[in-house]
Amino acid sequence: MKYETVIGLEVHLQLKTKTKAFCGCAIDFGQPPNSNVCPVCLGFPGTLPVYNKEALNYAIKVALAFDCQIQEHTKFDRKNYFYPDLPKNYQISQYDLPLSRQGHMMITSKDAPKRIGITRIHLEEDAGKLIHEADASLVDFNRTGIPLLEIVSEPDLSSPQEAFDYLTGLKSIVEYLDVSDCDMEKGSLRCDANISLRPEGAKELGVKTELKNMNSFKGVKDALVFEVSRQTELLQSNQAMVQETRLWDADGGRTIVMRSKEGAKDYRYFPDPDLAVFIIDQPMIAKIKSALPELPQEKLRRFVRDYSLTEYDAGILVSSKGDAEFSEACIQKYQGHDKKIMVNWLIGPLLSEANSRKVKLHELKLDKNELLSLIGLVEKQEISLLSAKSVLTQAIDTQKPVQVLIKEGNLSQISNTDLLQQIIETVIAENTKSVDDFKAGKTNALMFLVGQVMKKSAGKANPKIVSDLINRRLS
Amino acid sequence: MMDLNQLTAHELLNKLKAKEISPESISESLYARIHKVDPKIKAYVRNKGQQEAPLKSQPNGLLKDVPITIKDNICTEGLSTECCSKILEGFHPPYDATVISKLKNSGAQIFSLKANMDEFAFGSSTENSYFGATANPWNLGHVPGGSSGGSAAAVAADEAIWALGSDTGGSIRQPASFCGVVGLKPTYGRVSRFGLIAFASSLDQIGPITKDVEDAAILAGIISGYDPKDSTSINKDVPDYTKSLNGDIKGLKIGIPKEYFVQGMDPEVKSIIEEAINKLKSLGADSKQVSLPHTEYAVPVYYIIATAEASSNLARFDGVQYGYRAKSDNLIDMYKQTRAEGFGEEAKRRILLGTFALSHGYYDAYYLRALKVRTLIKQDFDRVFGDFDCIVTPTCPTAAFKIGEKTQDPLKMYLSDIYTISVNLAGIPAISIPCGFTKAGLPIGLQIMAKPFDEEMLFKVAHAFEQSTDWHKVKPKL
Repeated sequence: MKYETVIGLEVHLQLKTKTKAFCGCAIDFGQPPNSNVCPVCLGFPGTLPVYNKEALNYAIKVALAFDCQIQEHTKFDRKNYFYPDLPKNYQISQYDLPLSRQGHMMITSKDAPKRIGITRIHLEEDAGKLIHEADASLVDFNRTGIPLLEIVSEPDLSSPQEAFDYLTGLKSIVEYLDVSDCDMEKGSLRCDANISLRPEGAKELGVKTELKNMNSFKGVKDALVFEVSRQTELLQSNQAMVQETRLWDADGGRTIVMRSKEGAKDYRYFPDPDLAVFIIDQPMIAKIKSALPELPQEKLRRFVRDYSLTEYDAGILVSSKGDAEFSEACIQKYQGHDKKIMVNWLIGPLLSEANSRKVKLHELKLDKNELLSLIGLVEKQEISLLSAKSVLTQAIDTQKPVQVLIKEGNLSQISNTDLLQQIIETVIAENTKSVDDFKAGKTNALMFLVGQVMKKSAGKANPKIVSDLINRRLS
Repeated sequence: MMDLNQLTAHELLNKLKAKEISPESISESLYARIHKVDPKIKAYVRNKGQQEAPLKSQPNGLLKDVPITIKDNICTEGLSTECCSKILEGFHPPYDATVISKLKNSGAQIFSLKANMDEFAFGSSTENSYFGATANPWNLGHVPGGSSGGSAAAVAADEAIWALGSDTGGSIRQPASFCGVVGLKPTYGRVSRFGLIAFASSLDQIGPITKDVEDAAILAGIISGYDPKDSTSINKDVPDYTKSLNGDIKGLKIGIPKEYFVQGMDPEVKSIIEEAINKLKSLGADSKQVSLPHTEYAVPVYYIIATAEASSNLARFDGVQYGYRAKSDNLIDMYKQTRAEGFGEEAKRRILLGTFALSHGYYDAYYLRALKVRTLIKQDFDRVFGDFDCIVTPTCPTAAFKIGEKTQDPLKMYLSDIYTISVNLAGIPAISIPCGFTKAGLPIGLQIMAKPFDEEMLFKVAHAFEQSTDWHKVKPKL
């Protein structure tokens, strides 16, 4: 039997507001343990939570970016459970009236757009961090109370690759909104996955596994790939699937059982009586909506339209907000010229420089003016494209001005016809066979002769002029 | 000449202003009284964390140098605040409740000994205190009511000038009634709850317990007002409540809910309350019977909502950060042992009740249903207040009962709040004032209720009544 994969993702995002979700503590990472705390986030007796409007605004921003319906009357609930990293032994979260519901995001699957539903996006508070030592467990409450956004997808993802693409797209949107660092390794973005298999075409969902402990997008994908094969094997050998939570063991490249479902946990959710119902009215939504930045999809469409980029190339440039802004700034600086030339530089030499250095395009140490002057020299045929690429590499490596590098490398293109004429004469004398071929109408011979001239000039001859000169000399 | 400790706050303020007395002399007089009668009454918490401290002159303000007694569940910076529970042993909050900051800003002196109470305000008799029961100053064999029994007994026995209590289902009004003093439960949202160690967050309010209505009006004015630290406090101007003390209640419409005067009611209480209503009529008010049809559901609804919230509010007492921690080898045992040893019987009962009410499969039948009935109870009041200025009832169905009389029967104990609970569920303000004594010499309280944020109405009616009677002037013989 053939099986199809059903995946849903639960993403937690730490919002980078100035202060915590329900108290005035600054959010400031890397501080000594238990220094960014106050009686409120420590849950001391008698203290009360107070809304952080900035966190609510950020949450609404994200919800709108994913085309969610915003809940006009939203409320906060208490999720009750005992754990030492949770000072009140309940987490302020949202249960039956989340801030937003029914959103979606587009991904590309098998070269076609695919809509991935977003069940809900809600706001809650983060817990502290446990540090286990040989003889004791310690708690650091610095993280306690940082606003967390939970983004739950529908089980619309049909492969580990789609899950990866969804996460990449989600991160890109959130980065555009500038509300979270989205760093999975640092824990500002966390992702759990639900995965199940079912016979192809079946309507009912299979028995699911919840996957935890992935700390990179690749880890999510790898864990899902492992699960697909593990579950396929079980199903094909007619073994019973049990609903369980499994941990991704990145080193072992496998998932291991954390706990099986021994009855759902009862969190005894109920409305937090310390926080009044929060009303998000239409004017507030409209205000936040109008302040939303251009999002990746819109930017992509605009890049395709305005800069004649292919969807593929535009997709590469807009996937990072910084790259999109860098690219656009470069294109605009190049005003009055053919935009296509700049675009080709961006998705060609520049992107490969970035990739080989494992940085983003906009993180390349390259002054836009230097880039512009380099491109200008190529256009004016003062330097060959080949030399220009090597100058680009050096410019990024050394941060020396392009002109200096060209001089140092003696890379100026030879456009001086007298000088070229001399080389051409030598080449003609040395390659009589090719000259005859050319005269017999074999165009390849011309290319060969030009190549010989280039070789003799150490790549500095202007190939177009050489070609013209040979043509004229032999016709 | 009366001793200073017997005076009201407004009387003391006059003497202080006239420089007839010093803050030190108030202090001496209070401590002398405490040393004399508190061994019998035990209104104050006397565990090792509590220290007597002489009163010092305070910054200028409306209440300059007047001492005030604080219930043990209101956070006082640097002063022991233990909710009369073993589990908060040694807890000295590093912050003041907003009401305490307001009092300090007005120059009041926060009395260093805290008032006894039922553990976490769970009770109607102050018998559930980890530090032992408080006695009623009018009869030492009887309870002072609760949970603010320490505050009410201290004021009644002149061991305090005035006091703050907290009221979740009657915890200010019922002990005020039992002890023959004035007790106000303000509108929900009128007084900040920041720093009040929560019992049931949607019901709790801090309020004054005083020797007369004028003091209640003064103190309510000081502690009321919006607080950005409490998102359930309401941003509404606080009127000068003392302006309501004009004695004119001519033409006021008073509703008398028939559900509060049922067959089998204590005949003594009934006749005292009827007499009080007649007194109000003789002062020019009109009274008419009204109906609050959902009254009978108030007690069950209350015990679902209040315990549900309490079960979650008290989860934080786990031995991790503060208070008592039992010795144990692992986390789960530490939780279990700490809570088993730290909480008293009634606290455990309410945590279990509330946990049950919120559990999967029971939530809809209990908690959600209770919320719906709560709305109906509130609508009952809205309807009556459409036609009436206030509602008058007994504060309690009986006078103070005997110590130990109801400790074996929690349900009976819960029913002693039957007349006070609806007010908390509806979020409206109510006051209890002395209106007579039983033949056995125990005080009876008259409860006046008004619509939300109409505390002025309560003070107006209560003051008019008080001015035409002498009940508030009678002192217990100790």
